Amino acid sequence: MQKKDIGLGILIIVVGAIVYMRNPLFLSPINLGNTANLIGLFGLFAIGQGFVIMTGGIDLSVGSVIALLGVLFVDMVGKFGVPWPLAVAIIIGLGVLIGLAHGILITRFRLQPFVVTLCGLLIYRGIARGYTAESTAGFPFGSSYPQLEWLTIGRSFGIPHSFLAMLIVAAVMWVILHHTVFGRHLCAVGKNEEAARFSGINTRFVTVMAYVICAVLASIAAIYFAMFTKSVQPSSHGNFYELYAIAAAVLGGCSLRGGEGSVIGIVLGAVLLQELQNLVNLLGIPSSLNFAVMGAVILLGVLADQQFAAYRTRKNTERALGLLQKS
Amino acid sequence: MSAVHGLDLRLEGVTKVYPGVVALNDVSLQIKAGEVVGLLGENGAGKSTLMKILGGLIAPTSGKIILDGQQYDAFDVKQSQQAGIAFVHQELNVFDNMDVSANIFLGREIVRGPLRLTDRKAMNEMAEPLIERVGAPFKPDTPVSTLSLAERQLLEIAKALSMNARLVIMDEPTSSLTLSETNMLLKVIADLKAQGIAVVYISHRLSEVEECVDRAVVLRDGQNVGVLEREAVTHDAMIRMMIGRELKSLYTPPAVPATKPILSVKNFAIKSKPDRTASFDVMAGEILGVAGLIGAGRTDLAEAIFGVGDKLGGEIQIDGIATEINSPTDAIDAGLYLVPEDRKRAGLILEFPTLENVTMANLPAYTSRGLVSQKRQIVVAEAQRSALAIKTHDVRRAANEMSGGNQQKVVLAKWLSMDPKVIIFDEPTRGIDVGAKAEIYGLMRSLADRGVGVMMISSDMEEVIGVSDRIVVMKDGLITGELPRFRFSESNVLNLAVGKVLEEA
Repeated sequence: MQKKDIGLGILIIVVGAIVYMRNPLFLSPINLGNTANLIGLFGLFAIGQGFVIMTGGIDLSVGSVIALLGVLFVDMVGKFGVPWPLAVAIIIGLGVLIGLAHGILITRFRLQPFVVTLCGLLIYRGIARGYTAESTAGFPFGSSYPQLEWLTIGRSFGIPHSFLAMLIVAAVMWVILHHTVFGRHLCAVGKNEEAARFSGINTRFVTVMAYVICAVLASIAAIYFAMFTKSVQPSSHGNFYELYAIAAAVLGGCSLRGGEGSVIGIVLGAVLLQELQNLVNLLGIPSSLNFAVMGAVILLGVLADQQFAAYRTRKNTERALGLLQKS
Repeated sequence: MSAVHGLDLRLEGVTKVYPGVVALNDVSLQIKAGEVVGLLGENGAGKSTLMKILGGLIAPTSGKIILDGQQYDAFDVKQSQQAGIAFVHQELNVFDNMDVSANIFLGREIVRGPLRLTDRKAMNEMAEPLIERVGAPFKPDTPVSTLSLAERQLLEIAKALSMNARLVIMDEPTSSLTLSETNMLLKVIADLKAQGIAVVYISHRLSEVEECVDRAVVLRDGQNVGVLEREAVTHDAMIRMMIGRELKSLYTPPAVPATKPILSVKNFAIKSKPDRTASFDVMAGEILGVAGLIGAGRTDLAEAIFGVGDKLGGEIQIDGIATEINSPTDAIDAGLYLVPEDRKRAGLILEFPTLENVTMANLPAYTSRGLVSQKRQIVVAEAQRSALAIKTHDVRRAANEMSGGNQQKVVLAKWLSMDPKVIIFDEPTRGIDVGAKAEIYGLMRSLADRGVGVMMISSDMEEVIGVSDRIVVMKDGLITGELPRFRFSESNVLNLAVGKVLEEA
């Protein structure tokens, strides 16, 4: 655990305590279960976004990917009767392709990540709406897929499986980021691409893989969202989700300049965002203010973090100077 | 445009001391209106420091600046500008997203009306005569992106004139110009002189200096070594003055004489001079010095060999085997490593711990079952720390907490923890204190004695002559000569570096 993660954890507990004191429903099993479900859904793709941000890039297309792949998944399973394991495989395969496309455009053709994924945002959303002719994609009335439902919207001991899935993904990604060669290379590329290249690291491969991871996690999230909402409205499903993901990553300590971030931080960031949503609901704040609350808290959080960092640097410099003078 | 009144600028006894280095020692210089003064000296002789003092960027430790009879301890940037001192830099400071007149009046835009909109018409009208004065072929509204390098330089001079410059300082203005462009610039300098404007001309191209200056001032190791008046400014006289000191001997002979080439470079082209090619060998067990003036293309060559950037053709043999190198990964796999010139940009990741930096290029070797073992990283980093005497009390601390010399040792440790066949050092001791320098020379020698081919690019004459077993000299992408140890001398290196042919010894 990094210092930042502990700070974020404390913030989550403090906000939770305040909400609980004002409205004890906060800790009711139903509320906790629902919030955990949302944390799972949003956390899944926030982790992928974090990987991209750690390379110094950004992926704005996540929300549209969730809409497009959601529509396709629902149609494949509900309309065309594709066996669901095959449909899941196809959706994840499409995620890989989307990530590869982004990564190659960014590394080989040297386009800016913002531009590439902004175009992705528009294109995938447009295809989703065009493909469905703006109609909502849904499962046929009365249909049921017990295993798929158990995996996605089922619960064990009251814990939603989406949340468990997110925890498993987080654990795997934590190992990858902090304990594999690829993860160390990812941090190196994000921090100083030039030095990474001069050390023989294949910086293009690392960058492409970050976008692939992001799109694959978005495609898994797309399946979970589709199963959660049961129907996908192509023009609104997943709107602004990329911003939730970026917000979670930034709250979790990822620097948009790249090279910094932790999986635990991103998960905690996703927790805090959902806690804030919950706060708005439980404290009777008009839900139209929802975004304003979120924006204000992120701003304050980042500002406070900046101040702490400056303070730490000052302390360190003073200590180093003190040591120099003594010696 | 007000007429410029005559300039009388004198520097007296200017000294600049940095911690551990005396950059300038009791230097005096006089510049009068309508004079062209050549400022000469090797890399690191103190020319840039002197010019920074004139520009108000740094203050001298002691000494006086006397401008038109008034005495100053130091200039600030504003005083320098008011005095009419303008710079035309080696790296041009023009904005190629704007047109010519917008560049000339940048920061001093002419505005009109209550909304203070820029008055393009007025600016273009005012720019016109300035452009004429420098004899440039472009118009005030020409986009700078369409101008050649030489034209951009003229634009800088026009900008200087717009600020009522009385002294224009040109730092290596012709290093990227063609011959005809150079001649045009020399003509502009003559015109400026006729208009009563003084010029300080800093250049390694002695024939140009010979052609255009009234006086040549020579610096060496931060000291005035002499002034040559117009008639006395000759190629040989200048070279004699630039060198001519006893070099301290740093040399340790190799344990075993070098025999077979470990790296052969054939017909290698570099990106700044794609039509020239270089060929040379590095022997196993030798330190090959690569000398040349700044801008000769040595760093480009080193990076091209190491596989950075796009390859322009040429062959490499390592240990007698033809090796295709298209990326640093290929080079590293072949045992060819580069210690880059810009340590902080390309050598290491400053924010990363020492142990990560040391193991970065070879991380797969530290894994078991796919996971990186920090224990093993620490074992190797600790071994390198004691072998290279890296001063840090914890290899888990970030590299930016160390001195430059220790950071350079970390870069070295990265390669020594692997299996080097050839290591290219690009300016290995730049910005490093004397003690650490000696340690790095010692490390290079022990590497060579282990049979590694060491190629050392250096602009420091003392270093090139004192450390190398053999020297090749480069100019504009070409190898202009090779010197065996018995022919090492500053004048031989310098003559080859400026493109003169040596008589056979």
